[in-house]
Amino acid sequence: MENTRSVQTPALDQTPRIVIVGNSATAVGAVEALRKVDQSAEVTVISAEPHMIYSRPMLSHYLAGEIERPRLAYRGADFYARHNVRPVLDDAVVRIDPQAHSVTTASGQTFGWDKLLIATGGSPIIPPLPGLDVEGVYAFTRLDDALAILEYARKREARHAVVIGGGMIGIKATDALLKRGLRISMVELAPAILARSLDEVASRMMSNLLVDAGVEVLLENTVTEVRSSEGRLTGVVLRDGRQIACDLLVFGIGVRPNAGLAREAGLKVNQGIVVDHAMRTSHEGIYAAGDVAEAYDLVVDMNRIVAIWPNAYRQGATAGAHMVGVERVDPGGVAMNTVEVCGVPAISVGNGNAPEEGHQVLAECDERAHRYKRMVLRDGRLVGVILVGDINRAGVYTGLIRNRIDVSGCEDALLNERISLLSLPDQYRKHVVTGAGIEV
Amino acid sequence: MQPLTHRGRLFACQSIRDVGDKMVLSLASAPAFIVERDETRCIACQVCVRQCANDVHYYDEVDGSVRSHDAQCVGCHRCVTLCPTHALTVRTNPLEFRPHANWTGEALRNIYKQAETGGMLLTGMGCDQPFRIYWDHMVLNASQVTNPSIDPMREPMELVTYLGAKPERLEFRPEMVSAGEDGERPSGSCMALTTEASPQLELQVPIMFSAMSYGSISLNAVLSLARAAEAAGTYYNTGEGGLHQALYPYGAHTIAQVASGRFGVHPQYLDTAAALEIKIGQGAKPGIGGHLPGEKVDLDVSRTRMIPAGSDALSPAPHHDIYSIEDLRQLIYALKEATGYRKPVSVKVAAVHNIAPIASGIVRAGADIVAIDGLRGGTGAAPTMIRNNVGIPIELALAAVDQRLREEGIRHRASLVVGGSVRNSADIVKAIALGADAVYIATSALVAMGCHLCQRCYTGKCNWGIATQDPYLTKRLNPDMGARRLTNLLRAWSLEIKEMMGGMGINSVESLRGNRDHLRGVGLNQVELDALGIKSAGF
Amino acid sequence: MKRIVIHEEHCIGCRLCEVHCLVQHSRSRDIIKAFRTERDTVLPRVHVEESGPISFALQCRQCVEPVCIEACISGAMHRDEITGAVVCDEAKCVGCWMCIMVCPAGSIQQNMTGGGASGRHIASKCDLCYGAEVPACVANCPNEALTYEEVPEAAPQE
Ligand SMILES: Cc1cc2nc3c(=O)[nH]c(=O)nc-3n(C[C@H](O)[C@H](O)[C@H](O)COP(=O)(O)OP(=O)(O)OC[C@H]3O[C@@H](n4cnc5c(N)ncnc54)[C@H](O)[C@@H]3O)c2cc1C
Ligand code: SF4
Ligand code: SF4
Repeated sequence: MENTRSVQTPALDQTPRIVIVGNSATAVGAVEALRKVDQSAEVTVISAEPHMIYSRPMLSHYLAGEIERPRLAYRGADFYARHNVRPVLDDAVVRIDPQAHSVTTASGQTFGWDKLLIATGGSPIIPPLPGLDVEGVYAFTRLDDALAILEYARKREARHAVVIGGGMIGIKATDALLKRGLRISMVELAPAILARSLDEVASRMMSNLLVDAGVEVLLENTVTEVRSSEGRLTGVVLRDGRQIACDLLVFGIGVRPNAGLAREAGLKVNQGIVVDHAMRTSHEGIYAAGDVAEAYDLVVDMNRIVAIWPNAYRQGATAGAHMVGVERVDPGGVAMNTVEVCGVPAISVGNGNAPEEGHQVLAECDERAHRYKRMVLRDGRLVGVILVGDINRAGVYTGLIRNRIDVSGCEDALLNERISLLSLPDQYRKHVVTGAGIEV
Repeated sequence: MQPLTHRGRLFACQSIRDVGDKMVLSLASAPAFIVERDETRCIACQVCVRQCANDVHYYDEVDGSVRSHDAQCVGCHRCVTLCPTHALTVRTNPLEFRPHANWTGEALRNIYKQAETGGMLLTGMGCDQPFRIYWDHMVLNASQVTNPSIDPMREPMELVTYLGAKPERLEFRPEMVSAGEDGERPSGSCMALTTEASPQLELQVPIMFSAMSYGSISLNAVLSLARAAEAAGTYYNTGEGGLHQALYPYGAHTIAQVASGRFGVHPQYLDTAAALEIKIGQGAKPGIGGHLPGEKVDLDVSRTRMIPAGSDALSPAPHHDIYSIEDLRQLIYALKEATGYRKPVSVKVAAVHNIAPIASGIVRAGADIVAIDGLRGGTGAAPTMIRNNVGIPIELALAAVDQRLREEGIRHRASLVVGGSVRNSADIVKAIALGADAVYIATSALVAMGCHLCQRCYTGKCNWGIATQDPYLTKRLNPDMGARRLTNLLRAWSLEIKEMMGGMGINSVESLRGNRDHLRGVGLNQVELDALGIKSAGF
Repeated sequence: MKRIVIHEEHCIGCRLCEVHCLVQHSRSRDIIKAFRTERDTVLPRVHVEESGPISFALQCRQCVEPVCIEACISGAMHRDEITGAVVCDEAKCVGCWMCIMVCPAGSIQQNMTGGGASGRHIASKCDLCYGAEVPACVANCPNEALTYEEVPEAAPQE
């Protein structure tokens, strides 16, 4: 091993070769960060998808018809050229060879690297149901999925969709299809929707909004069978035996990290690829970031996958900087997300839905006005927040969570309609206002 | 519905006043001012609501418009100045009582007020009565043909002024040179000065900021004065407020006052200042002591004055250790002793009837500077009757004092500084020509910082952040801006003084001092001309 | 890059900064029209925080590593190449509120008024009065509680 590495390590005068597998938030974060300090490295971005960099979270807005396709572009068409990056699109990496410092793609190309960033994100979870292989059944995580759904819905004039999954992706798909005028039945295995990020109250509020908009919300239920005729979807059978006639089925259950390549290459993989504060994997020279990586989460104080866009970008930036020699340490991620149902936004940051025991919980609710606030504190520090309706000050709470600010004594202020920085500890206010450090 | 103001206080009908536990109808309730809001311009931004410490403006949520309680308006123009659309005008209320030359509206209103409250009438700032302003009845000279004027843009023009006692005579001895083995011998050609000058204050401009205590004005106001004094090379005066910690860095530009209350006087205070001033009297309220109401004595003020927080700071009318010129001499020398004879000591008195002999006594008691404050001198709080009726105009006092000291041959033993409504550079040139070494300005300085002379200093609710300790209000004066404005004022006035001096063919303020030939009276009777020691115009 | 520096000790809470920010970002740029006919479509991008006598006007701190850019899913939030300011491209913004969720200063706001370029819900934030020599809030502060200064490299907000 020692030996091979010395052979593979480039001579000092050679320009380092960087390969990034994946072409999404993480890749962009990495490229932008590394090009800030280094213009010489030879950078290659390899992606299984054929498209230019697009924004995955924007897919629901596209599906909803709120934006045209060009607006899916997350960066301009000149992104690669401007950053002197060689894109290799529509060609999946099928093997990583850590010893030979190379990756091989489906088309048979091999790329050598001095630094490798695995940014392969996740793939939709599709349960093994009988009869899935018919027209009208789709996942919803990639642009191709969205294009296919739209194409199909237009061609077949789809009327009634069943969405499997009441999590973030399921809700986004539901909200989007609602805006397209479809009737929707949403099936969720858990007793509540958005259960991973919202508490009971917020979840009920969002659920009620869906119901008011005509969505059939089916909880503690799942699809057990898919019915079709002439190779086309006609309906589903639920666990409780109910049958729903439908012409579109969308899986929005969630994603599973694309960590297979890494596992095969012998990297340490748990749920995702295990990385340290600099996004380094267990193997020298190989980094992983984004939805595929299991990095530090500062609220739960352990490594876990936090599959959200901002994390992917920031982790990518950390890895990118590190690959070109900048000692940058990622402060850690915080799980958070925003969803909007029928125009009512909800935000959850950190452990917003933590149970009351072991925590101090402050809450205020006005269900009729679709407003809700829930703050979760542990040892005087905010560790989670849920906001429904009025979300304009959400970032202030996020800042408190991220910076682990002791807010004991300011509890009353937390529930204020418009939380003021002036009601927070002076030192923290100065930190936010002037960028000065916080003494701890 | 009762409108709620920004400070959350509720207002009752304005003509009903709360007097003790009784509500009474106020006969003095007619608004002094009318607030006019141009509804076509008002955008209901509520800047006026937030800025008025008198709670004149309020926002009516019901119809989303801004209204005003005119009766509370004091005419300070804060709202007018800040309204971004210039929607506001404040006028004096045209409402008049039936005309009566004797029983004026003011006379009636004062009686109504006193009949209701049983208290003294209080006011702030200098006398607002139409006494003759002698500055405006004196004109300056200029060179024409027979003597050349000087162009200050091209030629040096000296404004530097030294305050302090000047020596009786200068003494010299021959300068010694080394004579080898034999020691020294007189050089024969050079002489050395042996007279030691007593301590002097060097002023780059003959203008100083007169005593305004921290307490009566805000720390930001004092800081503005101190910084401007430093920038312009002159002095500000602590008044009887002591020296706040934040002011110590400006010690070299500080004149520290010692007043009858002795507030904040301690060794470090005396040591830090460049000069000391014993305050006997003040033009706005001769014969009575200072009074700082307890409400203005917050923690910082209490610490600086060395009195309990919240207690009234009452200065006795006289210094209880000064009942004669001899007593004054003792205090002067006590202060000199305490500061090693390194600092000039000034004595400040109000201009009153016998000011000339009083000033003479002060000089003989050993003062290095005599400061005289005239009838129109400002104040943070004074009983209206005293402010308006006690004392004499500074112009007459100055002329009398300068004349008297010259006659007695002691004019050189002290510098003469006058104050009490010096409003512009021409007033200063006239004052110096009448015999002053320098002037003290207070009201002009406050105006430079934003004061609109609403005369409500005594309420502690100065909307311009000057005469107040209310933390909501004191912020309104940014000391950097205050200092900049004051420095600008001094600069502008110096330019004008130089122009006027140049016009007279004078290139040094020394040559202007007491040069009454450059003054003529206009519209004055012979008695007044004599009192001022000047000729009538035309002569 | 020049930044807006906040001097809390000089803020008098008059909110003229908010007034002039709104005018600056209105279509007419006329104070009376902006308030009378456009009030429902423009928002000030600076906000005065107040607590007792203490107040200060807060707008985007122009972080060195802006978390809003990190979080933005549409690419709307970006650093302007000419001015260096963190700005939101209103034509790109989809109003997902990710930036609002992360801005520790709370300096981004929902603009639900349809006032954005395309009449949609968008994120509204300070743009340093795009291209202006001095931003409107700074220029109109009566007490110099806001100044526009070259600040070498403020510490990142995280
Ligand atoms: C519908 C939807 C809505 C979402 N909404 C939000 C939201 O509102 N807010 C939020 O924060 N997050 C949201 N997310 C999550 C967010 O999209 C992800 O966190 C983010 O995309 C992760 O970025 P990434 O770069 O790590 O991976 P991904 O975006 O998953 O990208 C993975 C990349 O790797 C490539 N790839 C994978 N395997 C290979 C291979 N073997 N060889 C070559 N290339 C490969 C893929 O082609 C792709 O380019 C949403 C996700 C979905 C699906
Ligand atoms: S400051 Fe002027 S525009 Fe604003 S509410 Fe007052 S009067 Fe109207
Ligand atoms: S995160 Fe907030 S403060 Fe920081 S740059 Fe963005 S808008 Fe400004």
